[in-house]
Amino acid sequence: MTFVKAKLHLEQLESGDSTEILLVAGEPLDNVPRTATEQGYQVLESVHVRDNIHKVTIKKP
Amino acid sequence: MAEKNKLSIISMSGDFDKVIAVFTLASGAAAVGYEVNIFFTFWGLNSIKKVTGHSFIGTGFMARLFNFLLGGRKSLPLSRLNFGGLSPILMTGMMKDKNVATLEELFDASKALRVNFFACEMAMHVLGLTKDDFIPEVKDVLGVASFLELSKGGQTLFI
Repeated sequence: MTFVKAKLHLEQLESGDSTEILLVAGEPLDNVPRTATEQGYQVLESVHVRDNIHKVTIKKP
Repeated sequence: MAEKNKLSIISMSGDFDKVIAVFTLASGAAAVGYEVNIFFTFWGLNSIKKVTGHSFIGTGFMARLFNFLLGGRKSLPLSRLNFGGLSPILMTGMMKDKNVATLEELFDASKALRVNFFACEMAMHVLGLTKDDFIPEVKDVLGVASFLELSKGGQTLFI
C-alpha cells in the first residue's frame, strides 16, 4: 500500500517537479525507490532522518 | 514496445475481508504498472453498487428483497465472526489505528489508478440489476467468453 499512496502522489506532480517521501526501512524503503525507478522516475536522494525513517526525494521526468 | 503485465481478478465474494483482498491486489498491481481487470460476479457485485448500504434496488420482488439483504460496499459482512455487522466497523477502526489502508481507501485508489471494473451479465440478470445500479467507473457488462478474452495472456485470480 505504501507504493500505491506514493504512486497516487507522484502522478499528481508536473513533469520536472520533485517530492520528498518519508519511508520506513524494510519493504517500503526497498520497494518504493526501486519501483519508481522502473517506472521512469528519478530518485535524487535517500537520507536517513531518524530511527528507521528515511527521506527519499523523487523527481518526475 | 514490451507488453504490459496483466492481472485479472474474478471477485465473487461479498465478504468484507475478501473484498479488501480484491482491492489490495488490484491497487497494488495497478500502482506497479499492471493492467488490472476485475470481473465482479454474484455477491462481488455488492462492492460496485451505487448504493453503499441496504436498499431495495433491482427489478422484481425477489430481486429487490435479495439486494436489500445483501447491501452495498459499506455493509459487507466479515466472513467469520461478523457479530451482526459490528466486526467490519471494529476492523476498519483497527486498520486506521495501524495506518493500514481501509476498504474505502483501497477502492478509491483502485479507481484513481484506472483499474478496469466489469460486471457479470448473468449475475446481474439473476439479481435484477442494470448497469445504472453500479458506479459509473464500471466500464462494461461482460459474459464469461468476453472476460476470458480480456484476461488472456495474464494472471487470473478468483476471490
